[in-house]
Amino acid sequence: MKKKKKRLTLQRLFRSVTLVLMTAFAAVSAVIFLLPTVLTFTNSLMSQAEINADYGVIFSSVTNNRTFIAEKVNLKFIPDIVSFSQYITVLIKSPDYLLKFWNSVILTVPIVIFQTAIAVLASYGFARLTGRLKEIIFFVYIILMLMPYQVTLVPNYLVADKLGLLDTIWSIILPGIFSPFAVFLLTKAMKRIPKTYYEAAMLDGAGELQIFATICYPLIRSAVFSVLMLVFIDYWNMVEQPLILLSDESLHPLSVFLSKINSGDTGLAFAVAVIYMTPTLLMFLYGEEYLVEGITYSGGIKG
Amino acid sequence: MKKNQKQGKQEYSRLTNPNTPFAVISIIPSVAGVLVFFIIPFFIIIGYSFLDDPINMNFVGIDNYKALFANTAFRRAAKNTLVLSATGVPLAVVLSLGLASLLDSRIPCKSLFRTFFLSPMMVPVASIVLIWQVVFHYNGTLNSVIVDYFQGQPVDWMKSSKCMIVVVLLFLWKNLGYNMILFLAALGNIPNDLIEVAELEGAGALYRLIHIKLRYLSPTLLFVTILSIINSFKLFREVYLLTGDYPFEDIYLLQHYMNNNFRNLDYQKLSAAAMIMSAVMVVIIGILYILENKLGGDVEE
Repeated sequence: MKKKKKRLTLQRLFRSVTLVLMTAFAAVSAVIFLLPTVLTFTNSLMSQAEINADYGVIFSSVTNNRTFIAEKVNLKFIPDIVSFSQYITVLIKSPDYLLKFWNSVILTVPIVIFQTAIAVLASYGFARLTGRLKEIIFFVYIILMLMPYQVTLVPNYLVADKLGLLDTIWSIILPGIFSPFAVFLLTKAMKRIPKTYYEAAMLDGAGELQIFATICYPLIRSAVFSVLMLVFIDYWNMVEQPLILLSDESLHPLSVFLSKINSGDTGLAFAVAVIYMTPTLLMFLYGEEYLVEGITYSGGIKG
Repeated sequence: MKKNQKQGKQEYSRLTNPNTPFAVISIIPSVAGVLVFFIIPFFIIIGYSFLDDPINMNFVGIDNYKALFANTAFRRAAKNTLVLSATGVPLAVVLSLGLASLLDSRIPCKSLFRTFFLSPMMVPVASIVLIWQVVFHYNGTLNSVIVDYFQGQPVDWMKSSKCMIVVVLLFLWKNLGYNMILFLAALGNIPNDLIEVAELEGAGALYRLIHIKLRYLSPTLLFVTILSIINSFKLFREVYLLTGDYPFEDIYLLQHYMNNNFRNLDYQKLSAAAMIMSAVMVVIIGILYILENKLGGDVEE
């Protein structure tokens, strides 16, 4: 009897030790995951001089003849002096970055709005319609969704070329609007609405447009938010499309432009990076639950 | 009486028939757009891949494909892409399942950890590239640590075959959160009583994982694997942002190859390459689908 009790306490001890270890492991990995973002933010509060002193070796060949450059990189968590000079320079003296930010906006926003709008409508049809043809069309959507850029950019380029859209923002916006991802996700949400809802509404004499607007849409609204977020993140981060479809660099979004920051501008780069991630991070803070819901919906291609 | 009944039935079937005009109309904008921007051009590209060039239109059979496979740049790009996917994808699947199991256990602060793991997804790669450059540069933080604390030799992370590691790390950092959420949802769907019964019957943690959890997880495993494969093909983005147009040759990827051909407007090569890629994708998805049916078919409804 006593022996058994002892074994039980041992087991309990073992369990709590595992729990502590697991928590510690989770905490450490979580901090590692957050670190690059946090560091980008703290570094954006350094002055140009401090950036040059700490990272001069990496980013500049020009500044070598100045005296204050350390030989090695000195990654700092917290700046010596908190300074908003980078932000001030970006916002006032460097219209270039703001222009690229605006490019990102005019490429992303129409895609997000119209892809979602078309998908909300289409998901109604895909969820309700029956029959072989619809099954085939939806299957094609899934295959298309799974294709990498290396495949889909070739048809996109061809169409843009034939329609004379190359080097205009439409060569990115139009295929983006019809990208099947949002349709796929919203159809899954729409399919969860029980058939009896439709029948009951119709028996009460509701028209289809009315059913769509007053029953279906409210029920999938949170999925619509998820789609808005997921599509926004995807296109806000775009690199492949502008590189291929826009040879005019003045149209490039900030995501491409940020990688080309030259040595003289490193003092601004962190601030620009922070400005660039602000919209998506705000979305995240505000709508993490929607994001998680959206990701969960996207799981399982079997429908 | 009978007539009335018949009418009622007709009325009812009219009400329950889901194939209404509005339902058909609702999908038209989307289907039309997909046809114009993806499907029709895709068929044209299938055609192009068998022609000598879009102007002369001479049928050349599989010559374009032969030329592509003989091209050293294409072969290197294909090989690098495969190596990268073969390294990154299993790691992404296993590690995200690990993280999900961790957050599915009884540890505190789960939702905070979840937020942290998910946060990289919301950060544009371009924004954090600077920090990665600071860490992995030849004179960077990581090398300082190696030299100062471990008396090791500095490693040229960006311009040697080691850059593969940097790219895979960035890939994992970015994608583990999304996969983890998918696994968390799937873990939550496993019937609890089943696990409890197994526990009572004395099944160990490993047994429970292999014989119960993995079976229920298998559709999600399939999906996460496919998703990770697709995302690994998108790794060009990270490589481009880290190294620019001309990377070290070990991370010269298929997308780099395609970019060069877009610049030369070489439709034949592009079409053939796109066809090969899509064929590979279809085969991979098919294999995974069959595997999943064999492994987890019996637990699905």
